[in-house]
Amino acid sequence: MTSVSDAVVLPSAEPSLLRRPRATTGFWSWFTTVDHKKIGILYGATALLFLCLGGLEALLIRTQLAQPDGTVLTAAQYNTLFTMHGTTMIFLMGMPLAVAFGNYLVPLQIGARDVAFPRINMLGYWIFLFGGIFIYSSFFLGGAPNGGWFGYTPLTSSPISAGVLPGRGADFWAVGIVMLGIGSVTSALNFIVTILNCRAPGMTLMRMPIFTWMMLVTAFLTLFAMPPVTAALTMVFFDRNFGTTFFDAVKGADPLLYQHLFWLFGHPEVYILILPGMGIVSEVLPVYSRKPIFGYQVVVFSGIAIGFLGWGVWAHHMFATGLGPAALTAFGLSTMLIAIPTGVKIFNWLGTVWGGSVRFSAAMLFCLGFIAQFTIGGLSGVLHAVVPSDTQQTDTYFVIAHFHYVLFGGLLFAMVGGIFYWFPKMTGRLMDEKLGKWTFWAMVLGFNLTFFPMHIVGLEGMPRRTYRYGSGLGWDVPNLIETVGAYVLAFAVLLFVVNLIVSFRRGQPSGDDPWDARTLEWTTPNPVPEYNFAEVPVVTSRDEAWHRKYAEDADGNLVRLPKGGADAGTAVATEPVSGKGGPPAEQGDGGGGGHGIHMPSPSYYPMILAAGILAFAYAAIYHSLLLCTVGAIVVLFAVYAWMLEPGTEPA
Amino acid sequence: MTTEIAVRTDEPEPSGTGLTNAKLAMWAFLASECLLFGAFISTFLLYRRRSEGLTPRDVYNIPFTSATSFILLMSSLTMVLALAAIQRGDHRRLRVWLIATCLFGLTFVAGQVFEFTEFYREGLKLSTNLFGSSFFVLTGIHGAHVTVGIIWLLSLWGLSSQGRLTKLDSEKVEIAGLYWHFVDVVWIVIFTVVYLIPQ
Repeated sequence: MTSVSDAVVLPSAEPSLLRRPRATTGFWSWFTTVDHKKIGILYGATALLFLCLGGLEALLIRTQLAQPDGTVLTAAQYNTLFTMHGTTMIFLMGMPLAVAFGNYLVPLQIGARDVAFPRINMLGYWIFLFGGIFIYSSFFLGGAPNGGWFGYTPLTSSPISAGVLPGRGADFWAVGIVMLGIGSVTSALNFIVTILNCRAPGMTLMRMPIFTWMMLVTAFLTLFAMPPVTAALTMVFFDRNFGTTFFDAVKGADPLLYQHLFWLFGHPEVYILILPGMGIVSEVLPVYSRKPIFGYQVVVFSGIAIGFLGWGVWAHHMFATGLGPAALTAFGLSTMLIAIPTGVKIFNWLGTVWGGSVRFSAAMLFCLGFIAQFTIGGLSGVLHAVVPSDTQQTDTYFVIAHFHYVLFGGLLFAMVGGIFYWFPKMTGRLMDEKLGKWTFWAMVLGFNLTFFPMHIVGLEGMPRRTYRYGSGLGWDVPNLIETVGAYVLAFAVLLFVVNLIVSFRRGQPSGDDPWDARTLEWTTPNPVPEYNFAEVPVVTSRDEAWHRKYAEDADGNLVRLPKGGADAGTAVATEPVSGKGGPPAEQGDGGGGGHGIHMPSPSYYPMILAAGILAFAYAAIYHSLLLCTVGAIVVLFAVYAWMLEPGTEPA
Repeated sequence: MTTEIAVRTDEPEPSGTGLTNAKLAMWAFLASECLLFGAFISTFLLYRRRSEGLTPRDVYNIPFTSATSFILLMSSLTMVLALAAIQRGDHRRLRVWLIATCLFGLTFVAGQVFEFTEFYREGLKLSTNLFGSSFFVLTGIHGAHVTVGIIWLLSLWGLSSQGRLTKLDSEKVEIAGLYWHFVDVVWIVIFTVVYLIPQ
């Protein structure tokens, strides 16, 4: 951002309000880094932490429901826990975990050295972290959110003085989600610009790895889904705090307006969560089947189709609200329609595995588990598209079974599989395969024990969001099984975390290409150097890494090319091939940390700017002019300092 | 000027879309903003007929708001002139037009403050009815956007006064201009939908 006149007059004396952070390694570097890989790891670690928190909340819920008339939790505590469980898993675990993968992988997959906006990238992380802390701080500041993760009005919008929802929970929730939304939009902008603008030469759109494609669709969905919910939550906040009547039916308002605005965000949100998972599966399956993805174009276009159709189905969350036959029919049909591109993808994945030389590694198992469980969840989803059937299932455990099959059995399985697959990329070490397979089977067992019986009790009418049920309704045994399943699931997650920690410390060295992989990120050394690519790669084909390793002879047999990637035949190469992993030759001026490539410099300002936004958030809760002033000063300081600080420090 | 170009090292890199990163990001951000305003405008439209008590007809002063709207629209013209000036390398005129744009914007915001005060005196508050709620929140959020734009343009003026904004930084002015024009265009929609279309 340095202007030319300054560069001429004062070569490197750009005035900076704080001394520029220099550290690129060590503990403190994580606070100021702008390296997309480090930011990705920060997102991932934080999201896993929130996964454990949300999981603990789920365990408490299941413990309460283990027996009829449970006494572990009060009704109020139960309300808080299911609200925070949903909020945590969607906003603080699912979305950030996808952004973690995206951050780490997208630049590597498109052959870029960094994202388009490294500092805005870091800003997104800090807003996410502070937003999460903000929402959780409500536990200590007068009560956590308790109106459900969807926060329906007029329950959440009744004025604080009316005392319908005790405590400040709903305010923390509304402001917190708006804050997280700001973070998501910044990260979406960054992804869009990075993917559209920063691809390596030859990396045309239709050569991009499918994960990157899905992140692009996801980023557009995020960009357009966040504003409606921001508007809705602003209205909720004003209703609660400033006496507006947006959702007050007595004044003629329509509380359904909130539901429309919320689900106009909420349903694309479902695809924001699942599309990155689908992308991961589309990367992992071909590698362990030793076949290219079956029908690349179809997978890409069905992903885009889901992205478009996802905007036309929101009212299927509202079938029980009396929308009238025309709307019910339209949204029922559009919901059935969106099952088509989703089903197409499932057949593409099956076609990829079909006839391949399949290796059942842990990553592959998790992705196959994804296909099976996501299909079950998808099928129960189609049942919801049938309006009469949906009115029966609304607000029962059947719905819970459905979306956990899609989001846990689908999304989380894909994410865990992705971690097994890309762990060597991030650390240079392999995760323990044996423990990984144990984790998989424990997770499959626990998951299905927990959520399959919910289909049955749901169809029998067991209501959601209710802290107790009577005995003698035939729900005692299924609920006990579900609770046992939940503890098995917790054990599986524990195994996974142990595996992560142990493998990080003592895992086997992976070499550069442990899986004989296909996409561009595997042409870089493991772990990836700060500058990603010593030379910006020139891409000549889809599955670039594969085509650099293999060619076909005249008979169509696969022939290993002599040079490049890992050693021929063996899966594990121990030393990077010289010329690939060694210091790059371009610009041998020795500047910029010895590797001659100028990377963006670390910065304090993303953190400071996010802290200013955090001050605004608390100011909104406490109506504090003082905090508001502090926030404004901090934000202005950070913005000006950011503007005046060059993105990349002159060498 | 030619020497400046010679030492310039950060030339725009080839990009996939032909737009620079910053400009593409601004376009995408504005697309997102469309949905934010869209949600508030839809809310206003939905509640227009449902509101009880004071109506727009009771409080609006159309000639006054037309005048401030005209001033806001004229600020887009001065914004264009500011961009043209920096692209020519005419820094003095750049600063003149930036200040003119800010003054027009400030006049609009001042008009809005006056209008809000008048409405309040006539009994229309946030909590009065659906019209009050949806009117104040929608136009208030627009006013906040104009205010952010004014601060942005003043910052550019400050940079230019210190000689930190060269001809090659014209894109910074262009991007601020994109935002400014967007806020103006949104006002055209709001003014039409909220003020002019009869009940």
